[in-house]
Amino acid sequence: MNDTLDRILPTVSKPARYTGGEWNQVVKDWDACDVRWCLVFPDIYEIGMSNLGLSILYDILNRRAGPHTLAERAYAPWTDMEAAMRAAQLPLFSLESRRPLAAFDILGFSLPYEQLYTNLLNLLDLAGLPVLAARRDESHPLVIAGGGAALNPEPLSDFVDAFALGDGEELVVEIGEAVRRAKKKGASREELLHRLAAIPGLYVPRFYEVEYDGTGRIAGVRPTRTDVPLPVRKRIVTTLPPPVTRPLVPYINTVHNRAVVEIQRGCTRGCRFCHAGMIYRPVRERPVAEVLDAVEAIIANTGFEEIALLSLSSSDYTHIEELVRQLVARHGDAHLSLSLPSLRIESVSVALMEQLQSTGRRSSFTFAPEAATERLRGVINKPIADEELLAVAEEVYSRGWKTIKLYFMIGLPTQTLDDVAAIADLARRVRAVGRRVLGRKAQVNVSVSTFVPKPHTPFQWTPLASEEEIKAQQDYLKEHLRGPGLKLNWNRYRETQLEAVLSRGDRRLGAVIHRAWQLGARFDGWGDQFKVEAWRQAFRESGLEIGFYTRRARDLDEILPWDHIDAGVRKSYLARDYRASLRGETRPDCRERCYACGILTAFRRERAAAPADAWGCPKSSDR
Amino acid sequence: MTDSPTSKPPTYRRLRIRFAKGEPLKYISHLDLARTWERVFRRAGLPVAYSQGFNPRPRFQIAAALPVGVTGQAELLDLWLTEPLSPAEILARLRPQLPPGLTIHGVEAVDAQSPSLQSQMRAAEYRAVVHSDEPPEAIRSRVEKLLAAPTLPRRRQHKGKIQTYDLRPLIRTIAVEPGPEGTVYLTMRLQASPQGAGRPDQVLELLGLSTAPHTVERTNLYFDFDN
Repeated sequence: MNDTLDRILPTVSKPARYTGGEWNQVVKDWDACDVRWCLVFPDIYEIGMSNLGLSILYDILNRRAGPHTLAERAYAPWTDMEAAMRAAQLPLFSLESRRPLAAFDILGFSLPYEQLYTNLLNLLDLAGLPVLAARRDESHPLVIAGGGAALNPEPLSDFVDAFALGDGEELVVEIGEAVRRAKKKGASREELLHRLAAIPGLYVPRFYEVEYDGTGRIAGVRPTRTDVPLPVRKRIVTTLPPPVTRPLVPYINTVHNRAVVEIQRGCTRGCRFCHAGMIYRPVRERPVAEVLDAVEAIIANTGFEEIALLSLSSSDYTHIEELVRQLVARHGDAHLSLSLPSLRIESVSVALMEQLQSTGRRSSFTFAPEAATERLRGVINKPIADEELLAVAEEVYSRGWKTIKLYFMIGLPTQTLDDVAAIADLARRVRAVGRRVLGRKAQVNVSVSTFVPKPHTPFQWTPLASEEEIKAQQDYLKEHLRGPGLKLNWNRYRETQLEAVLSRGDRRLGAVIHRAWQLGARFDGWGDQFKVEAWRQAFRESGLEIGFYTRRARDLDEILPWDHIDAGVRKSYLARDYRASLRGETRPDCRERCYACGILTAFRRERAAAPADAWGCPKSSDR
Repeated sequence: MTDSPTSKPPTYRRLRIRFAKGEPLKYISHLDLARTWERVFRRAGLPVAYSQGFNPRPRFQIAAALPVGVTGQAELLDLWLTEPLSPAEILARLRPQLPPGLTIHGVEAVDAQSPSLQSQMRAAEYRAVVHSDEPPEAIRSRVEKLLAAPTLPRRRQHKGKIQTYDLRPLIRTIAVEPGPEGTVYLTMRLQASPQGAGRPDQVLELLGLSTAPHTVERTNLYFDFDN
């Protein structure tokens, strides 16, 4: 294998993607372990190495799950490497011990987004494994998938043996234990899967059957055995486990080439378009002291020059100001840069960033108003007044940042052309503020993405906007966001459309994904790799309509493909919130007041086990 | 990594580290190697000096970039520190922080005012181990023909543009020796100075050997100060 690799590697781009050996890599004694995971990120190394979820699981499995468990890694080889591997009949291998993936007990796939589905099939195939779960048996590794996109597991249910729903920290240890026992007993694949189905948070799709009515809608989902749960509830950790302080340090440049400390999981803002904001509930904060200690340890253990404090909404971390003050006091002169993503549009954010970037270059400041009119921001529950936004922009420019990045969405529910025109207008007003302060150096970069309705959100029933509408709106913005100091980015509709199909897809899409992959689809999130014709043909052959998944408004009482997956937030709550949105009613931060989303009921026991101030939920009881 | 002598306080210490970049790291680029060293220094807790200016960078210079895929046995880098530490102390702090593939052969203090490594570099020696069924004589005669040529025009890509250059003056010597079973050793001494550097892969290509399985190692660097 090493000879073959030596021959191949000089011929491919960025060969160091495939050689591993990074600082803090863990290589355990293969023969001393009886539970062997390969954690697989189905996109290229540079993206996979920046994924926090995999970093956490790698750490837990190698350093905390006991001496007889190991975890190695694999990423999707880029197309040139794939071609070279196939030509040399070299199966997909792990970076640590260069063993073929087929030699592992468990393959744990990370699925943060839908555009990776064909890559999952492709990697199973590159590993020499049957892509269909039904064709695999005890001689093959168990295939698990987890991550944000797994909360609607149905489109991949033909290919994945079990889905890990929600927080994975405890789940992976329990999965490993079940596999260990099954191996010892010589249990069949069926017996193992049955054991797994009994672990809270694991969904084994083969034990459920879906029926459809004459219109293609789901008539019902029923278990095929009496002893499997319905619905299957996601798993949560009561408090955040200790942060990873020995993360892998890549040699080559990765997307986020830095260390990460997760300061908070979950978000209480309740933006109605936001998948993460709904599926990662409840909010759990990491104590300041733990963050500070972790930063200290990470610098010593990695030598990283940048550390990001990660959360869905940094501004909402209770002790953010104290944390930043302490970090600056301890590391302010150590040539360490600290970053704080997802800041709210308020002057506190500017003050925080100013402290963090007291030295060095102030490049750009990012805000995500998402919608450009106060009305539409009310609909999506992300209220902020234009005046405040402009005042904050003025502060940003006057404190030395030259570029403001603004993120907007088009195609949001109830959006009109006025809301689109307002994007251009607001961006120009921000530029005008910048020019007043900085002159012609002021820059506004506008990113406009197309809203994709996501499962488990209040907008899960709404249609994706049509291609004609979106193209017209993009054309309008291209026309009106021209000129010095303005830059516009947008996405192509056909890629948005695929994301929309897969996000809210059902089991029948398995055949489409399978066929599209056979026709060459992979790296669907990469514009230049996207094979629109493969997908079109796959849909044609399946007899399914794209529009059924994308353009159709669902009735509030329709059975949705993910209804048997319980993310802790009730469907009735989502429906109530959706109706409130159509009336333009906002629901401010639920730290202040509980709107009874269901999370406290679903995780009563976990709440009781956590310290009183560990969760963002207020003390008041849920309904 | 600017280097004007007026901008640095006299207390800066300049250390020269002789190191090897081995097999596990041969596919990482020059830039990747620089970042790797930067992180090694930080893990070791060395008081590294930083450049002045808007975007301060740690002050160290690697003598010469290694082509991707080539290992290096006698690489050099200069490092500036703000506090006096003995070479032995520095070595002791660095060694536990080195990733597999990076080895330090030695650390010595050098005159902080001496010119940069890059500007003092003259030549590099590469050794290629080529797996070939050809007898060494056949390769040797091609080498002689190559060295007899007055010019060897080659093309290369530089900043996106195709340029033509003459490889011949960049080749000083090439020695061919038989190696163990089915291998031939080629030792190439190539110019490597601010005026131009010869690439071993280009020489192998001209000799018709680039498709044969081979490994290349840089075995030596030559500087003005080597006398």
